[in-house]
Amino acid sequence: MERIKHFFKSFLLFELLKGMKVTGRYLFAPKITINYPEEKTPQSPRFRGLHALRRYPNGEERCIACKLCEAVCPAMAITIESEQREDGTRRTTRYDIDMIKCIFCGFCEEACPVDAIVETRVLEYHGEIRGDLTYTKEMLLAVGDRYEQQIAKDREVEARYR
Amino acid sequence: MINIEINGKQLEVPKGSTVMDAAKQLGIYIPHFCYHKKLSIAANCRMCLVQIEKAPKPLPACATPATEGMKIFTHSDQAVLAQKGVMEFLLINHPLDCPICDQGGECQLQDLAVGYGESASRYQEAKRVVTNKNLGPLISTDMTRCIHCTRCVRFGQEIAGIMELGMSGRGEHSEILSFVGKTVDSELSGNVIDLCPVGALVSKPFRYSARTWELSRRKSISPHCGLGSNLVVQVKQNRVMRVLPRENEEINECWLSDKDRFSYEGLNSEDRLTRPMIKKNDQWIVCDWQEALLFVVQNLKVCIDKFGRKAIGALGSPHSTLEELYLLQKLVRALGSNNIDHRLRQSDFRLDSYQQGVPWLGMPIAEVPNLKSILIIGSTLRKDHPLLALRVRQAVKNGAQLNIVNLADDDLLTKVAQRAIVAPSELVRTLARILKAVIEYRYVESTDKIKEALAKVNVTDTTKAIANNLLSNQPTGIFLGNLSQHHPDYSEIHLLAQEIAKVTGAKLGILGESANSVGAYVAGAIPNRNLGGLTSNREESGLNALQMLSSETALACKAYILMNLEPEYDTYDPQSALERIKEAEFVVSLSSYKGNITDYADVILPIAPFTETSGTFINTEGRVQSFNGVVSSLGEARPAWKVLRVLANLQELEGFDYETSEQVCTELLSDYGNVTDHLNNAVNEFTVNLNEASLNSIERIGEVNIYQSDPIVRRAASLQLTHDAHYPRAVISSSLMEKLGLKVGDKIKIKQGIGECQLEVEQNESIPDNCIRIASAFNQTATLGGMFEKVSVERL
Repeated sequence: MERIKHFFKSFLLFELLKGMKVTGRYLFAPKITINYPEEKTPQSPRFRGLHALRRYPNGEERCIACKLCEAVCPAMAITIESEQREDGTRRTTRYDIDMIKCIFCGFCEEACPVDAIVETRVLEYHGEIRGDLTYTKEMLLAVGDRYEQQIAKDREVEARYR
Repeated sequence: MINIEINGKQLEVPKGSTVMDAAKQLGIYIPHFCYHKKLSIAANCRMCLVQIEKAPKPLPACATPATEGMKIFTHSDQAVLAQKGVMEFLLINHPLDCPICDQGGECQLQDLAVGYGESASRYQEAKRVVTNKNLGPLISTDMTRCIHCTRCVRFGQEIAGIMELGMSGRGEHSEILSFVGKTVDSELSGNVIDLCPVGALVSKPFRYSARTWELSRRKSISPHCGLGSNLVVQVKQNRVMRVLPRENEEINECWLSDKDRFSYEGLNSEDRLTRPMIKKNDQWIVCDWQEALLFVVQNLKVCIDKFGRKAIGALGSPHSTLEELYLLQKLVRALGSNNIDHRLRQSDFRLDSYQQGVPWLGMPIAEVPNLKSILIIGSTLRKDHPLLALRVRQAVKNGAQLNIVNLADDDLLTKVAQRAIVAPSELVRTLARILKAVIEYRYVESTDKIKEALAKVNVTDTTKAIANNLLSNQPTGIFLGNLSQHHPDYSEIHLLAQEIAKVTGAKLGILGESANSVGAYVAGAIPNRNLGGLTSNREESGLNALQMLSSETALACKAYILMNLEPEYDTYDPQSALERIKEAEFVVSLSSYKGNITDYADVILPIAPFTETSGTFINTEGRVQSFNGVVSSLGEARPAWKVLRVLANLQELEGFDYETSEQVCTELLSDYGNVTDHLNNAVNEFTVNLNEASLNSIERIGEVNIYQSDPIVRRAASLQLTHDAHYPRAVISSSLMEKLGLKVGDKIKIKQGIGECQLEVEQNESIPDNCIRIASAFNQTATLGGMFEKVSVERL
């Protein structure tokens, strides 16, 4: 009996049709492909992309050079140097993140006592020469200034879970 | 001994010990803030509450004496509940600013809050805020963080000897304050930073520059005063960030003087040399090591050919390491000259050939508090040896009689039994009086020489009282301070002190001026010893520091090798020193700092300071302490022992093939044997001539300022801002002011030799009449001559 079944199956290309069934099903199913970069996938407010340094509404930088992010960073991507600014407050003179070392774990964000270092939703950035992806304090502050609205909104949404 | 039980463990403790002591003995930790082993018990933080059987309430472990059969539970429910309650109260007013607090990471409150604090506060009311105080350039304050443990107050009262901080107000209004408008100026003030269990008192120079967890801790030895305090140098990215004490009960206990603690700023000074430089055709050229060293070799050869081997002289600072000084003297002696010295500020070398051994403290440092009477001769003790002054204060607290024979009545911050404040020219006579008094008291038969010397001396009441003190309180220590050692009659002072010590049965001690004062003798950096300082060599004695730099040009050298010193600040008579050095044909300066070297040197070789080289210091009690470099050399600076080795190799001198500094040290000490066997202050000679003092001239008291004593300290920016380092003044007593018709604040011109300087007049009755106190080693006073010579004063 098995032999007869096998004979007809091989003869009538049954396997081929079976395979084509899957193809056919996907042919008519709704499409999930995104036409990046014209189209983009939805992002969670917890998305961990490019870092930013935030400011207070009065323009004062938030970072107080406590160096907790530097200490917690598992990839050792953060380098901070600090000093006493003229007005007596504790501030960074250098705040570098090496994006090539960074593993985007978000620990820096969690460690920060003043919500200064955050990870934004930005994932499209690139470097062309060596050193391009080492973000300095000015660059990080600029990112922060640019996306502040989005950042603030995301923090607000997430506030109740923190 | 009494038997007690802690957490079920049986234990025997001496009577009078507290529960805290007992727990420590077992290694049980009881949380605490106000308790400190070196300070008195205050029991005001209440963190160390423990449960004691039969006691209705928890008791503070630090203040509860152990009694027979006591049963203590340090971690029972009741104890922990009490401790948690105390912690909640302590945190009520403590700000939540750990992220910007420099104490963060090494904070006792932070650590204990993790163990005993709750995750959220129940306190909803307003927190109190306390204004910050200005405590000077070394200590920065955040008084809101204070938990009122009063450790800093007790430190001032009990250890530093001066209560510069105190607590005012009660309850929530209590505050730690200094006196109105006053800063904290003690030379030990930095210790309150270590004592503060929270971040209320933190280091100002270190403020906000690094976090504790970033710093690696490396062991080192202080290169300043003769004690050789043990240090922990904290380093970040090859830069010394701060210095902390390393506990050593026998030397510095757990303290550190401000000089040792804050001098590290000088290591990162702008003035540091990073490349060798040579002077060609009056132009300074930066070059590489090879070129610079070959230039040195060539020019030394020219000098030797032209003026002979004896024309070479070397001066090494006693702040240099044992290895550096050993190689320096080895190099000079290999070149055929014995002109080597490290006693740059000494002005009397008559005893050189009679010395029996290496001058030292005469006893271990830790034994000083056990003395029952002390005589300190010519010393600015608090400024020169701050931690030894602390030991002396401990001795007085233990009941010692402190006697002082000094040139100025500086406050030692302790009870002084007898004091004789005399002009420099009267110092010898005063000691002779004391000697006569002790001889009379003891009825000892003295030699003819002594009788002859003392014949014309009359005993006074003060000297009699000092003699009586020394004789009736044993054991006794007699110490010669820096002022004695720099004094032009040092020989007489030493001889008389030795005789007084003999009659009274006292131990005679010479306070080592610098970290390696003893080591420099051991290394043989003195003119009248052979290689390695082992045997004395009277016939072929070279020139000593004074001869090499004196105004008698006949003796001056033609080529100088200077190591680690700035002749305008580090010599007895900067005027003639600079003149001799400028006249020389060829001057090599091995230095870490540029300073004014370009004015007189022909070659500058940048060498590494103590943090960048391995080496050894032998402290004033003869303790050999080796250390490693803690950071790598700045720029092209190199350890001086390497520079000297290569310099010798290039001249094809034999026996300079060292790979490490340990080899140098081993070679030296294996020949030398045990350092302690060579320590001896005795001098086998007695010739004392008491000169009649000339009353007409004004004598200068030229002590070295505390923060000008060596090249590193001179560049420590924060120390230079302190009260102690302020602009030099001409300090005189009111009688001399009247005589000269001066007022406080007048500008006067002081002339000495060929130089002069202008200073402001300050009145101070602690100065003997006819004397003017002008600190040396300041930029402004470097134009003057000898530290204890006559000066003339002119009103501007």
